[in-house]
Amino acid sequence: MSKQMTGAAMVVEALKDQGVETIFGYPGGAVLPIYDALFQQNFVQHVLVRHEQGAAHAAEGYARSTGKVGVLLVTSGPGATNAITGLTDALLDSIPLVCITGQVPTHLIGSDAFQECDTVGITRHCTKHNYLVRSIEDLPRILHEAFYVARSGRPGPVVIDLPKDVQFASGMYAFPKNVQHRTYQPKLKGDMDQVRLAVEMMAAAKKPVFYSGGGVINSGPAASELLRELVALTNFPITSTLMGLGAYPASGKNWLGMLGMHGTYEANNAMHDCDLMIAVGSRFDDRITGRLDAFSPGSKKIHIDIDPSSINKNVKVDLGIVGDCGHVLEDMVRLWRASAKKSDEQALGEWWDQIDEWRARKSLAYRNSKEVIKPQYAVQRLYELTKDRNSYITTEVGQHQMWAAQFYHFEEPNRWMTSGGLGTMGYGLPAAIGVQMAHPDALVIDIAGEASILMNIQEMSTAKQYRLPVKIFILNNEYMGMVRQWQELLHGGRYSNSYSEALPDFVKLAEAYGAKGIRCDDPAKLDAAIMEMVEYPGPVIFDCVVAKEENCFPMIPSGKAHNEMILMELSDDAGVEIGSIIDEKGKMLV
Amino acid sequence: MNAIAALSPYSSPAGKTNNERHTLSVLVDNEPGVLARVVGLFSGRGYNIESLTVAEVAHVERWSRITIVTTGSPEAIEQISHQLERIVPIHKVTDLTVRGRAIERELAMIKVRGRGESRVEALRLGEAFKAKVIDATLESFIFELTGAPDKIDDFVNLMRPLGLVELSRTGVAAIARGPDAV
Repeated sequence: MSKQMTGAAMVVEALKDQGVETIFGYPGGAVLPIYDALFQQNFVQHVLVRHEQGAAHAAEGYARSTGKVGVLLVTSGPGATNAITGLTDALLDSIPLVCITGQVPTHLIGSDAFQECDTVGITRHCTKHNYLVRSIEDLPRILHEAFYVARSGRPGPVVIDLPKDVQFASGMYAFPKNVQHRTYQPKLKGDMDQVRLAVEMMAAAKKPVFYSGGGVINSGPAASELLRELVALTNFPITSTLMGLGAYPASGKNWLGMLGMHGTYEANNAMHDCDLMIAVGSRFDDRITGRLDAFSPGSKKIHIDIDPSSINKNVKVDLGIVGDCGHVLEDMVRLWRASAKKSDEQALGEWWDQIDEWRARKSLAYRNSKEVIKPQYAVQRLYELTKDRNSYITTEVGQHQMWAAQFYHFEEPNRWMTSGGLGTMGYGLPAAIGVQMAHPDALVIDIAGEASILMNIQEMSTAKQYRLPVKIFILNNEYMGMVRQWQELLHGGRYSNSYSEALPDFVKLAEAYGAKGIRCDDPAKLDAAIMEMVEYPGPVIFDCVVAKEENCFPMIPSGKAHNEMILMELSDDAGVEIGSIIDEKGKMLV
Repeated sequence: MNAIAALSPYSSPAGKTNNERHTLSVLVDNEPGVLARVVGLFSGRGYNIESLTVAEVAHVERWSRITIVTTGSPEAIEQISHQLERIVPIHKVTDLTVRGRAIERELAMIKVRGRGESRVEALRLGEAFKAKVIDATLESFIFELTGAPDKIDDFVNLMRPLGLVELSRTGVAAIARGPDAV
């Protein structure tokens, strides 16, 4: 049924029709009509952030933890440009977002009007798609198409740039029954012949490994279930990217831990030595592959991805299957069962023996201390004390993020929110706010660094305003730890600008925001302090003072292969200069 | 620009070039910004554009056809096609070079200035190439020439010593031979 209404009312109506209950945003001149429409209804709750970047990350956290599309609303000009980092972050991590930006009235576009910027021009490169709405007649279609594009295929951010005169204009609105895009219709089902071939290859494999990624999470919980089923059926080992953690449970017996630059010894060696790699919803990112020409040299590779451009982009594969992970995994499981396929048990037994040898190296081991809190120990204790709760973890970016990935273990998908592709410091707190909005009763913890947290610390006010009991667990080593680590390894220990000088007193800072502050620097008191944080019914900043110069290991040095990892023990060997392991070519890489 | 380097920062074996020239036909929704998306993709990912033409080909459906000539390794070209397919308003990407037997044509307007013998020679060569004279003064001609890009290159090179002063080329339009549409 068509109804006459203003463009601003259409925005709110479309949000209702899409089932959007929560949006994140910040008002300004060019979006006032939409804010007025929001004011006059109760279905959509608007969360007022303190900076538009926060709105984007909050929407990402909301989307990542629920599987729904995250929505943000910002004004023109600086509102839009402030959201850019979050949009780019969502593009790289394939997070479905719809970002509505205000724009100056159409007749002023191009005149360098107040708070005007070329939003569609600027966001063309950091969105999956974007729209400038030039007339009210186009608005209903664009609003719903934006949601369709954001969530379909490989998900991503979509911007709707909405001039103020269109918001005021009046037109007919109806919820289109069948929202589709006339050109964009991604393929979900994998080619059956290829799936059959994949199953044949799996049955013949002697040293197979599953390498799963964020695509499995994006495909929905059913895909994770199917992945678990396939792993159980085949008894193949499985590793995952940073973005894919939780798709297979960390307690599962086939779990090798995360792979890549700071992945486990067993995961990376299994990738290097395998004879069959089954990549599911992962994209052979450079953090994963290390030196490309030495990447898993002896293996056949199967790659399942919904985005055809991911296949053969960085690594040439033997069998690329274009389709949604869930659909393809379902077909694989069905075919495996139907054809009564069996893994080569004897070969697989030998392969597992080899893997157990690698496991025995205990690559995540670290030297604990009674005097200072080791950052690994802090995350380990945090995990032990919160694992039985309904917990969600977000992170900032750096060493703490890697330690969180190594030492906090996930049993389910959608529990782990981190900025993988873009590596955005300042992601964790607003993301935690988004997660907490979606899961009011859950325990949401942002594992942070003292440098990262200051990038979006203003969102403490948001947490306070909406009574969101997010916990910020800062591993405070007074350094931008990962920068410092690289400077130690690559630049002769010249710590150029990586020391966090003039830090605030985080306890007082928490109190200034009306939150609780806790500081702990004693390993013996850590458990009690963590419990105090967990039990507190409001937002907390936990200043966990940790060892200052701890490095994050294991590590594949840049420009090296998976089987050339540096382990903690090696790094302590007298006479081995880690900087010397990385050659000139490696230094050029990031 | 080295197309291999564009593929990945890790995979650029020095001196290795197996670049091919491919002509891609891209059918797009004729909406604002679609050309910017295509061009932005090429610049953003470090791909080459040798030639690019665009015009509406179906008014009612509002489809435009973009013809792009690009160079790169076979892997890079495949990647370019897939990246183009990701752009939401793109209907279809066809690699005409892979399909084989595509016809390529380009139109050029060539202004040649001169008197005496060189002017006569320019006119004679123009006739040999079946170029049309579309403007003439006592000291200049403008030729219009349609043909494969190579043929236009040849003609332009011949005109240089004869007083070539200005050149305008449309870029390549291409279509596959045979009865089937792309």
